[in-house]
Amino acid sequence: MARRPDSAQRLASRAVQIAFLAGVFVLWYCATNFWGVNHLLLPNPVAVFDQLVDVLKSGEYLPDLRVTATEFATAFVLATTTGMVVGFFVSLSRYWVRVFEPLFAGIYSIPIILFLPLYVLFFGLGPASKIGLGTTIAFFPIVLSTIAGFSNVDRTLVKAARSMGASNYQLFRYVLVPAALPVILTGLRMGFTVALLSILGSETIASLAGLGHHIVQLAEAMEMSRMFAYIVFVVAIATLLNVTVSYFEARGRRLG
Amino acid sequence: MTSIQSSGLATSARPRESVDPALDSRLRGNERKMTARRFLLRHPGIVRLGVVILLLVLWEIAARTFVDPMFISPPSRVFTSLGTVLGTDGVPNALRLTFFELAVAFAIAVVIGLALGLAIGLQPFARRSFMPIVLLVYGMPQITILPLFILAFGIGPASKIAFGVTHGVFPIVVTVVAGVQNLKPILLTSARSMGASRWQILRWVIFPHMIPSFFAGMRLGMSGVLLGVLLAELYVSTAGIGHFTTMFTETFEPTKLFGLIAMLAAMAIVLNEIVRRAENHFSRWR
Repeated sequence: MARRPDSAQRLASRAVQIAFLAGVFVLWYCATNFWGVNHLLLPNPVAVFDQLVDVLKSGEYLPDLRVTATEFATAFVLATTTGMVVGFFVSLSRYWVRVFEPLFAGIYSIPIILFLPLYVLFFGLGPASKIGLGTTIAFFPIVLSTIAGFSNVDRTLVKAARSMGASNYQLFRYVLVPAALPVILTGLRMGFTVALLSILGSETIASLAGLGHHIVQLAEAMEMSRMFAYIVFVVAIATLLNVTVSYFEARGRRLG
Repeated sequence: MTSIQSSGLATSARPRESVDPALDSRLRGNERKMTARRFLLRHPGIVRLGVVILLLVLWEIAARTFVDPMFISPPSRVFTSLGTVLGTDGVPNALRLTFFELAVAFAIAVVIGLALGLAIGLQPFARRSFMPIVLLVYGMPQITILPLFILAFGIGPASKIAFGVTHGVFPIVVTVVAGVQNLKPILLTSARSMGASRWQILRWVIFPHMIPSFFAGMRLGMSGVLLGVLLAELYVSTAGIGHFTTMFTETFEPTKLFGLIAMLAAMAIVLNEIVRRAENHFSRWR
């Protein structure tokens, strides 16, 4: 814990990681090829790879990807704007923080996915219900972190800036925003992740188009290797997005 | 802040000789207003309640006047119809079944999560090797493999429990590992130098230090389990809650749907609250 791992140890743990992943693949291969695991449960990794190449080459994922990406972008932008504006205005007064913060935190602890049937009832099976649900789910981490970020700014900094004659804008731009940014960025990353999850989830449960919908369709058609290929594709996109967002979060922290 | 200043003004005005009775009564009125204001300032919970009631009233007005009753139903009617929802054939059983799925999934997730977390966290080498893999899997959108769970475990309760477990395990593992990691090395060294056995170190040093993070993990695990089980229920269900939410949506019975969802939300709040209380209780010794 205290001492840093030397390079030999680091190499050893890399080796263990690679061996673990390779072992999973070998097990998967053997299970499907030699031990007779039903192909409907677990398709052959080679077949999955072929299908993945086919999917990527044919570009048939594009319409579904476009639907999901549009829903996700709209929901995230809506949640970010409303969450940050509401959070900022609540954080202006300590009193309103004490009124609203527990309210938002309480609602945040309810699994909002429960309300999916209501959203489907209101907005139908199309993209609107996904955008609505994604916005609602992503709103809470963003608003909570905005409130936390702005209301925990050190009062001394604010007083010092004021006494040195900072205008409202200067106070906001050079004191409040840099002090609150790290916390807000964490909230934005959480909002990003949950928005993506809830949109994929609601597409899986009830929808007309989108990547989640496509996976379910393939599952119902029992085209397992193609479905696995789609799962790999979606997981890869999600991981890529998460890594990108984490990178920007780390950069934004340093800038702040 | 303003309340203290203004009340200070009011008290300084009181002992003065009254010259003008009208002014005097106005001051007293001000004073009463001030105390009401101060009361609200001191109890933000009441204003919070007011905000909630205001929202409910707005919803009630909207539902009664201009929104299509096919889609929304006023809260008063939802509240009075809770009894009929419970009386609907199969709903009590569905609630019981969902609760059972949640409980079983949570128990399994805690046991597996604790065992895995200790196995990974106690050994620095194992932690460095396997933590990246755990975090990688934790970061994946598990919802994409929900159809696989249905294929493997069927559309009964087993698939919901399995999906709940996979959602609940990872946060528990991550927090348990973090809890073990945060242990100060000096405590381990001193225990060892005083001749403590492996078991004694585990029992008297590691275990008490792990308790707070373990309960924090249980709280996160509970929200994971709720998410997993409810997702699987909503996706496909024969007898659980998901069956009835789909039915009420498709038959346009918003009153029953709202009632059912309100009951589920209450169940989720109670479960979350139990785990949160436990967390606060057990982390107090620090």
